[in-house]
Amino acid sequence: MKIFSAALLTLLWVLAPARAASVKDSCVNCHSTLGGEFGHPAKVFDSDVHHRAGLGCADCHGGDRNDDSMNAMSPSKGFRGAPKRTEIPQFCGRCHASPDYMRRFNPSLRTDQLSEYLTSVHGKRLKQGDTKVATCVDCHSVHDIRDVSDTRAPVYPTHVADTCARCHADAAYMKGYGIPTNQFESYEKSVHAKAMAGGDTSAPTCTTCHGNHGATPPGVNSVANVCGTCHAFNQQLFEKSPHAAAFAQLHFPGCVQCHSNHEVVHPTDDWVGTGADSVCVKCHVAGDNGYKAAQTIGTDLGKLKTSYEKATGVLNKAELSGMEVASAKVDLTNAHGELIKARVAVHSFNAADVGKFTSQGIQISQKAYQAGVAALQERTFRRKGLALALIAIVLAIAGLYLKIRKTESH
Amino acid sequence: MVDSGHRESGAPDPGRRWVDLLLGTGLVATIIAFLYPAIRYVIPPPVTESADRSVVAAKVGEIKDNTAKVFRFGSEPAILIRTAEGQYRAFTAVCTHLGCTVQYRADLHEIWCPCHNGIYNLQGRNISGPPPRPLTEYTVHVQGDQIVVARNS
Amino acid sequence: MARIYRRIMGWLDERFGAGSIEQFLRHKTVPVHRHTIWYYLGGMTLFLFIVQVLTGILLLLYYRPTADGAFESVQFIMTQVKFGWLIRSIHSWSANLMIFTAFLHMFSVYFLKAYRKPRELTWISGMLLFFIVLGFGFSGYLLPWNTLSFFATKVGTDMAGFMPVFGKWILVFLRGGKEVTGATLTRFFGFHVAVLPGLATLLLATHLLLVQRLGMSVPPSIEKKIEEGKETALSMPFFPNFLLRDIMGWYGALGVLGALAAIFPWELGTKANPFGSAPAGIRPEWYFLFMYQTLKYLPAKVLFINSELLGLLGFGLAGLVWVLVPFLDYKAGFGRLTRFFTGLGIFVIGFIVMMSWLAVR
Repeated sequence: MKIFSAALLTLLWVLAPARAASVKDSCVNCHSTLGGEFGHPAKVFDSDVHHRAGLGCADCHGGDRNDDSMNAMSPSKGFRGAPKRTEIPQFCGRCHASPDYMRRFNPSLRTDQLSEYLTSVHGKRLKQGDTKVATCVDCHSVHDIRDVSDTRAPVYPTHVADTCARCHADAAYMKGYGIPTNQFESYEKSVHAKAMAGGDTSAPTCTTCHGNHGATPPGVNSVANVCGTCHAFNQQLFEKSPHAAAFAQLHFPGCVQCHSNHEVVHPTDDWVGTGADSVCVKCHVAGDNGYKAAQTIGTDLGKLKTSYEKATGVLNKAELSGMEVASAKVDLTNAHGELIKARVAVHSFNAADVGKFTSQGIQISQKAYQAGVAALQERTFRRKGLALALIAIVLAIAGLYLKIRKTESH
Repeated sequence: MVDSGHRESGAPDPGRRWVDLLLGTGLVATIIAFLYPAIRYVIPPPVTESADRSVVAAKVGEIKDNTAKVFRFGSEPAILIRTAEGQYRAFTAVCTHLGCTVQYRADLHEIWCPCHNGIYNLQGRNISGPPPRPLTEYTVHVQGDQIVVARNS
Repeated sequence: MARIYRRIMGWLDERFGAGSIEQFLRHKTVPVHRHTIWYYLGGMTLFLFIVQVLTGILLLLYYRPTADGAFESVQFIMTQVKFGWLIRSIHSWSANLMIFTAFLHMFSVYFLKAYRKPRELTWISGMLLFFIVLGFGFSGYLLPWNTLSFFATKVGTDMAGFMPVFGKWILVFLRGGKEVTGATLTRFFGFHVAVLPGLATLLLATHLLLVQRLGMSVPPSIEKKIEEGKETALSMPFFPNFLLRDIMGWYGALGVLGALAAIFPWELGTKANPFGSAPAGIRPEWYFLFMYQTLKYLPAKVLFINSELLGLLGFGLAGLVWVLVPFLDYKAGFGRLTRFFTGLGIFVIGFIVMMSWLAVR
């Protein structure tokens, strides 16, 4: 019995490839025996999302999948062959831009990718005959296309930047286009890239700000809107601030002016104020209103931070020594919250608004500091108690010593 | 033991009395110095258990429907919510983004962080804004007229 | 005072012959010579052990031996219980002080050759007590369940696993499982408050009984001088003369402990996270440092023996030799001084000090 089962299983295993291709596909059968570029598509097609949907080579390229002869590839059978690079979007769009067709496979898939693509820089240039630009297959690959949610897909969120960088970071390839090629390098240093690498797939990558199919850099005046899709408070404050109109007039790209576009690093409190690392003094000079505001804001933030750190230090010291400071620590977290809110309020560029948060935070920090100092007073109390106990011990030792002297003086 | 209560001449030895007095005082003082802390120690403190695993967050009836209370749990803030349907839920109130203390928004029926507009639903899941992770949920038990919030083990 | 004492003794004597015990103790004398000062170390170690038992019992009233509750309960003792900080810090400091005096006691007995016939059993029971004291230190160190103690225990029990043949079983026995977990904590707690105290009590009783029966040993060099008439054999009664001096020392120790507890309170640290990584520079407590450091210098592999096993065997052998010194140095029993063992002792001290210093550099 065992041998029979083993034999049966072996037989099935041998026939498995034929089983998978139970829907006959003569294209794959023939092309998988070929070498080089003619054989490669058939060899990788197993992992393709179209294959899993039951589609075959003929569904895109035309021809007859049931015909084993070379006739399968005749125009009479509808054979379209491989499309020219300039025709790729329409080639894919034949299905992917048709809601009626796509509804059969995945009703929730969008079907506007082709129309979006045609508005993009890539799409427009392709129409003019530039075959160097990205087409569908350059980002999504071809013949081994994976679903976007597949972690191995080149367009999975964590891979998007690498995919774009394949061209956009290649200085030799991008020669002649007149745009920089350091965006990927800059992006890699950003907090967005780090958030993505840390597992947050909702973190911004190239397509988040530039669009994917309709990839075009947002205009100078739209930057704040783009950033504001996540950083809503900062955008709202900025729009109401004097900087909004000023930047529009000077054609400054909104948030990017201070925060950069690709190399968006973690801002520090030193960026605000009039110090060496301040971004404010790049435009403002001593005496103008902006300089004065920057000075006040910078000083206030610094005061709050110092006050908060002082309180944290004393509370930690007390806690490590075993004093009870839990409720003071909880209250102090509110001071930290005020610091966070103050940093957001910076984008109003109004010293009074920022000052509301910093003064509140300083107040809370000072209270917590007092609590910490009181906890440490306990240490002083202990030392006093120790002194008393030591006096008692010294008395006892002195008494013992004298007693010994007395009893042994005979 | 050599008895030196008297000098060889037979007269009482005043020195001995002073020594004995000193010794006695020292012994008694040290015994008190040791016993006093020990006795204070064995008397249970007013709070009999460390408030780190579970804590009484509120009294029954203290929180109305569709409102919440931020309370201290160990050394961090926590939030006890009574939903519009009257169900109690408790979470850490430390936002997973940058640590601000979250609030309950009665208008949104959601948990909101005022720092960067992060939003969590009533299951604690981060559904909008910068928070990268959900809020840790705590269990809520009603014991008599007390609402006890405990960490999940 | 004396009258009350005599009346109590009389009452007890009528019931179980307390008088004869008292007479036996009264006759105990302590030799007086230039090495008498070393005689105090045994009593000091015993006193510190009693301090440990008393503070340990007090801590037991509030401590919880589970992974969930241990750290919090120690924090509770330190912050909420009145004078909890004092009891806990005294317990931690006294542990270290006791191990230190145990070392001193052992080495002074060694150099004064008090182990020679007829006191071989006293030495052996003392050495067993010493190992038990180290066991107390190792098991107690885990109980606060903070990061340092967790990883120190992990490294320490890893070493046990390298013993040949029984290593794996010993490791699982010690840890209560394959890894250091809450089960390890509960088990160490059982060792620390029940198993080891039980063993220690038995051995202590043996040790003290032997000391009482055999009297205090006089160092060979002094004995020789007495024989040659160059020195007179002086002694003082244990009651009250030596005891009063003992008590002076004990009061001094209490003062030191109180000062240490108040001025250098023992830290709480951060709660252990079994899934976290070991902090940089993790190392065992000072009394294990010399072994820890030696291991670092051993080559990773000698023939087919890896360095941990080599270290274990090396120290095991050294320990065995040390325990058997009364039999190896049997000549001392005849009053013949063998320089070799003195030299060995100096080498051992030097080695321990050197390795410990290198470990903290």
